[in-house]
Amino acid sequence: MSGNNNDNWLLRVRNLTKIYGEPDENTLNLTGPEYNSNICPATESIVACADISFDLYPGEVLGIVGESGSGKSTVVRLLHFDMEATAGAAWLRPYADGGINILQESGQKKRFIRNYLMGMVYQNPRDGLNFRFSSGGNIAEKLIMAGNFHVGSIRDRASMLLEKTEVPVRRMDDRPSSFSGGMQQRVQIAKAIANNPPLLFLDEVTTGLDVSVQAKVLDLIRELQQDLGIAMIVVSHDLSVIRMLSDRTIVLKNGRIVESGLTDQILQDPQHAYSQLLVSSLL
Amino acid sequence: MGYVAVKGGSDAIHNSRELVEFYRLKDATTPLDIWQVRSQLRLAVDKVMGEGGLYGPEYAALALKQSEGDVFEAAFILRAFRATLQRKYYSLPINTREMFIKRKISSSFREIPGGQVLGPTRDYSQRMLDTHMADEESAHVRQFLESFAAKIDPARLAEITTYGKVIDLLKEEGLLKAVGNDEDTTLKDITREAIKFPAPRSARLQMLARAETGGLMALGYSSMRGFGSVHPTVGELRYGTVPVRVKDIKGRIRYIGKIEVTEAEMIAEMKSSSKKAIPYYSIGYGLCFGQNDTKAICMGILDRAMRSPDSSSPPNDQEFVLYHTEGIESLGFTNHLKLPHYVTFQSGLSNVRAAVQRNGEKNPKKTEDTHSLQPA
Amino acid sequence: MIANKKYTNTFNFAFIDEATKKEIRRKLLKAVAIPGYQVPYSSPEMPVSRGWGTGGLHVTLAVIGREDIFKIIDQGSDASVNACNLREFVQRMTGCRTTFDTTEATLIQSRHRITEEELNERQLFIFQVPQPEPLRGVERYENRTRQMHGEADYARMWVSLYESFVRYGDIMLGAGYPVKVNDRYIMAPSPIPRWDVPNLHQSKALFLFGAGREKRLYAVPPHTRVEPLEFEDVKFNIENFSGSSCSRTGYKKAFLDELYLDDGSKHHVINDSNFLDKLSEKAEAKQHSNKYLNQLGA
Repeated sequence: MSGNNNDNWLLRVRNLTKIYGEPDENTLNLTGPEYNSNICPATESIVACADISFDLYPGEVLGIVGESGSGKSTVVRLLHFDMEATAGAAWLRPYADGGINILQESGQKKRFIRNYLMGMVYQNPRDGLNFRFSSGGNIAEKLIMAGNFHVGSIRDRASMLLEKTEVPVRRMDDRPSSFSGGMQQRVQIAKAIANNPPLLFLDEVTTGLDVSVQAKVLDLIRELQQDLGIAMIVVSHDLSVIRMLSDRTIVLKNGRIVESGLTDQILQDPQHAYSQLLVSSLL
Repeated sequence: MGYVAVKGGSDAIHNSRELVEFYRLKDATTPLDIWQVRSQLRLAVDKVMGEGGLYGPEYAALALKQSEGDVFEAAFILRAFRATLQRKYYSLPINTREMFIKRKISSSFREIPGGQVLGPTRDYSQRMLDTHMADEESAHVRQFLESFAAKIDPARLAEITTYGKVIDLLKEEGLLKAVGNDEDTTLKDITREAIKFPAPRSARLQMLARAETGGLMALGYSSMRGFGSVHPTVGELRYGTVPVRVKDIKGRIRYIGKIEVTEAEMIAEMKSSSKKAIPYYSIGYGLCFGQNDTKAICMGILDRAMRSPDSSSPPNDQEFVLYHTEGIESLGFTNHLKLPHYVTFQSGLSNVRAAVQRNGEKNPKKTEDTHSLQPA
Repeated sequence: MIANKKYTNTFNFAFIDEATKKEIRRKLLKAVAIPGYQVPYSSPEMPVSRGWGTGGLHVTLAVIGREDIFKIIDQGSDASVNACNLREFVQRMTGCRTTFDTTEATLIQSRHRITEEELNERQLFIFQVPQPEPLRGVERYENRTRQMHGEADYARMWVSLYESFVRYGDIMLGAGYPVKVNDRYIMAPSPIPRWDVPNLHQSKALFLFGAGREKRLYAVPPHTRVEPLEFEDVKFNIENFSGSSCSRTGYKKAFLDELYLDDGSKHHVINDSNFLDKLSEKAEAKQHSNKYLNQLGA
């Protein structure tokens, strides 16, 4: 729980909420895990997530687990500014020393935060990569936006990142459309860490890959995390992925947090009925 | 043979202008009377007025004569003429319920208030070339007009009346939902402001109203064939004259004359996002000068298509439709390729030559092979 | 039926009505105040086809005065047919003196070239622009390019230059090379050859750009930084005419046209027709100087 090292947080999130449609004052009270529903019976609005609060510490990996519709992807997409939150706030220590709610910043400032302080890897590589550019070009985009205008050093860094993510460097000038799914994911990862961001989001990054490929990508992520000490938020419906990567975990159901704590604790002694269900179905 | 400075540009264009005039007159035929053009090429005049954006039938006829029948040129001439005129008023919105109906049909219902009035249309004629027209003379014209007049019995003429609209019936039943938002009710004058996207509805409809008929037709057609999502029904198509009114400086409303317009209200079903809500109808609207069924119908199709949330198909994409159906701009830019581009070309040439050379340095073998092909 | 005497009367001075002139001037002032930023304007139709210089004409006719001396060139030549047509129109509508002489002119309208001869602080240089949006090649929607300029989000532009280098060994942009103006906006300088781009930088003259069809005006005020987009190690360079010289004057340091004569032989001739005439007659002609030109031998 977020009791220790209270002031050392890297990312602080409070009451993050996203509702689609036209909610009324009862909407939040009529939805959630007790009702087993995200949909408000009165207004038909959909509560994708509500009252999400947590702290993330530097170098820590936080897992967010839940089934489809639990709101887990929504949480990271809101924090990455892919969509606008309905309510809630978030503060990032490296930005204005954590004093400004990043969800309310202007478009230009949000882009600055995304370029310099965040990395994101999506389940579908088409969401994170531009397929009209080469894989090196995709990485170059991040480096250029961070102020690097030297082609030689851009290519050096891109080669280094591709090496690190085990993508053959000779394919640096090829477009991602010619790569396998696993390799596309690795290019995404290389791009996401290009600027050494303190925070990395991983949204279902291995879902849809072959099991053997999954294992390799997960290994890679773990290695990178240990090497670079990046704080990560790992979203997955698969508890085994969460178990492998995360230090702490929050469990979402119908858009709300039902349980949170050290990953090991939740796995050994789940408290909420839903967490128990998840753990018991773990292979 | 040294280089000769080409100073004859002026002469060349003067000569080409004179040549154009020669081509127009070389057969020494009787000069066209503007009134003849206006009267017997009525639909060409209507098209030119619509695309020129100016209701002035004689001026459109003059432009057609000047351009030797090139409808694109004529619309351009009219548009350029219009730009020299001062705008004195914005008229009040015309009310097509006041229309003196010349044609009124609906495909959505078999019977409508006032009945289906075919009016003057070639829709149900056979398009067979009529060679008798080659020998038409004034006597034939007079004879036809006399016998036509004889068929009309003044005692049996109905009173002049106006007709309610088909969409009013749908509205009464609650089947039509209002479209648009606050921005959509503001008037933007596209002749005074550059259009920016997303464009409000008044700007979109203005651009469609002046758009080139063929461009609208192509995109409307593509929408119906699956490149978009709209296959509507003609709720009502009307052609006739409507009064035009303006407010004078003292705020009084004044009638200044009447114009002919064609109006189409295309009915399309609107999918609702909410599960429980009832589906309803929405209208795609088209209005243009003169008699031009095709343009009004396609305007309606595209008005509706551009409101579709899925803008991945060309007819649903505002920027695609509005930029590329603008006839005067398309005409200009496609034809501008005829202008000299040799410096631009030269600049690119220099790059390509350098790239080829770099490739030659990287693959010296290739260069050797080429050499071996040269004659001894 | 048409009781119209309009065409027998004289037009308003400079053809465009005063209200529209005012609008264009206001927009030009805004453009000068924000170097490189595209200002939307009404762009009324002209009796000249879209894509054939209506934007340039709008600017010229909005700012021209009775004492102005007007020069117009197309691809460097005063005698080019479209330049002749537009010159006649402007002359007819203003009664102004026209000239082929670059030094004499106070207002120069140009399609796709800057004069070889240096410009001074008394001169306005007006470009005809086909595509004002430098990002159009990487983003087709006006909606999004507007936002990209607003947020100075030029990443995609830069990556496209990087990709060009990776694929072809160099940035393969020819005419109309994108530039950064006053360290803020990326601007399309109109399809002038790279040869001319350095002459936009810190010029004494005022540069005005008119894109009639696309309805945008923009400007580069005098003494403004204009820098072609380049990487630290992949640099901008001008066209290379090494080995060629003008067959009429022997001069090498000007933009040269490639000509193919009837007998199949290839010749080069100075593109700027007035500059060529002056050199041929051994008259005085002070050329622009910039670091790229200075590197070349005489």
